[in-house]
Amino acid sequence: MTRVCVVGAGVIGSLYAAHLSRVAEVSALTRRDEHARALREHGLRVSGRGDFTAQLDASTSPDDLPVPDLAIIACKGTDLADVGVRLEGRWPEATMLTVQNGIGADEIVGAHGPWRQLTAVTFMSGTRHSDTEVEYVLDTATWIGPARGTTAADAEAAAELIASSGLKAEAFADLRPAQWSKLIFNATVNTVAALTGLPHDAHFAELERPTDLGHLVKALIDEGKAVAAAAGVRLGDDPWEMNVLATRRGSRHYPSMLEDVEAHRRTEIDLITGALVREAKRMDVPVPLHETMQRLIKAKEASWQ
Amino acid sequence: MRVCVVGCGAVGSLFAAHLATLDDVEVWAYDLSREHVDAINRDGLRLIGAGEVLSRPRATADVGELPPSDFGIVATKSMHTDAAVAATAHVFADGCVATVQNGIGNEEVIARHVARVIRGTTFPAGKLAAPGVVQWDVKGDTTLGPFEPRPAPAAAVERLADACTRGGMPTTAVEDARGPQWRKVIFNAATNPLGALTGLTHGRVCEQPALRALASQLVDEGKAVATAQGITLDSDPEELIDYAARPEVAYGHKASMLQDVEARRRTEVDYLNGGIVEFGRRHGVATPINESIWALVKGVEASWEQ
Repeated sequence: MTRVCVVGAGVIGSLYAAHLSRVAEVSALTRRDEHARALREHGLRVSGRGDFTAQLDASTSPDDLPVPDLAIIACKGTDLADVGVRLEGRWPEATMLTVQNGIGADEIVGAHGPWRQLTAVTFMSGTRHSDTEVEYVLDTATWIGPARGTTAADAEAAAELIASSGLKAEAFADLRPAQWSKLIFNATVNTVAALTGLPHDAHFAELERPTDLGHLVKALIDEGKAVAAAAGVRLGDDPWEMNVLATRRGSRHYPSMLEDVEAHRRTEIDLITGALVREAKRMDVPVPLHETMQRLIKAKEASWQ
Repeated sequence: MRVCVVGCGAVGSLFAAHLATLDDVEVWAYDLSREHVDAINRDGLRLIGAGEVLSRPRATADVGELPPSDFGIVATKSMHTDAAVAATAHVFADGCVATVQNGIGNEEVIARHVARVIRGTTFPAGKLAAPGVVQWDVKGDTTLGPFEPRPAPAAAVERLADACTRGGMPTTAVEDARGPQWRKVIFNAATNPLGALTGLTHGRVCEQPALRALASQLVDEGKAVATAQGITLDSDPEELIDYAARPEVAYGHKASMLQDVEARRRTEVDYLNGGIVEFGRRHGVATPINESIWALVKGVEASWEQ
């Protein structure tokens, strides 16, 4: 039986851990002792789209856990470097699968060891009710692609394992086109929404008058595309088309960064726009507008600190 | 000499109250707020704060009551210039009209309605404390000069500047008033929207190095647009930004645009960042950061209509 360790048992990590425990030997590496203890004692309950309780091993120390074949790194993006440090020198035979928003998560982890790596974006969502209960809300897929030292076949094997557990998963020979399209879309729509207070509505696609918001949205997307091109990435869906389609659906979606700003929570700006700006610097592509958005969001965070 | 102040909010009231202390100047204050007009006519116009003034201009909300005047001083918010000057233009058939408003583009709007226009920039600021009472927060100078396409005669500019100065509002008449005006516009466009978008006071905007750097990018674009028009700034807007960030000056001051955003009032961004973008386009200067900031503030305004 495949051994899987889920690193970070938040919403996404808990969904993977609970489902996979039905087809694999699963453990969870947590940050807090009481979280690990609760998982060992009570198991992990899934509600919503699922209704079962999984039994699994859990600890705050990797040395207490069986050596995994596959480690799913599902911590917050802000904790990636810490996780890398904790895993240094351990599990040399394991494959590390990172599932964070944005890009570059695999590189942050990969800096701490020579593991084989896979990279993923996940669109599933849930709500955490306690350390030992997670509600499965959106059953959308996880997309997996090869990264350092792996091939499309490895991505397929991981996707098959996850799909066999009852979650949706799909393998891609190259994940970067999808990852970058989502990154450019998110970096644009999230920041514009968070700064204007507008949900993702028709304003974002308006181009008629010179002051229409669509011009800024387009300019941000164009900066992102230039970075992707310099990085040699051919994009999947066109981020501008994604924007237009989403606004036409009429759902007036509240991007998470707008919700964060309204609740005076720290945003994911460093993982999303920050990742794009870092890539741009590396490729020597100017992104003054994304830098502007990043500065304004950081300052907005400072206003309630 | 007769002066009509068009739009008697905080800044208009500073001019009206000071000028009305002079024996040789008859001052009319035109404002749409009945409460403010009635209070001025009943109790006089009172300034408190940076200085105490009580004087008795004539106030009205009815353009039909305004007598022909030698000078107009337009002090409405920029988006109301066109309507206010269209309504009062007949009063200035033989007179000259000055603007002391924020932003750029007001002179062009005024010149659609009157023949002799004075370009102006003023630094004093305050807020309406109650009907007939204005809290005077910041003292400062005013510069007046002819508006080049439809100029007021130099002698007239000097006459108005002299009256303002004698009344207690230090004012200089110059040949080219664009330098001070662009310095103030660049300053306002680089700082007001950053406060409005982040919720930070002027001092806190300047404390965040990345945000202060963004202000400098906005300043640099504004300077390039001024240079392309052959305008020499009378001093560096950067100095004004740092000076205003001092605790004793305006560290804790919420920019007027932040006040507008918090009150969900339409802002003057079209005449600040919008003005820099428009003049940049006319003179072939790219202003991408000002354009983005303009779009974001317009987006904020649009979010109130949801």
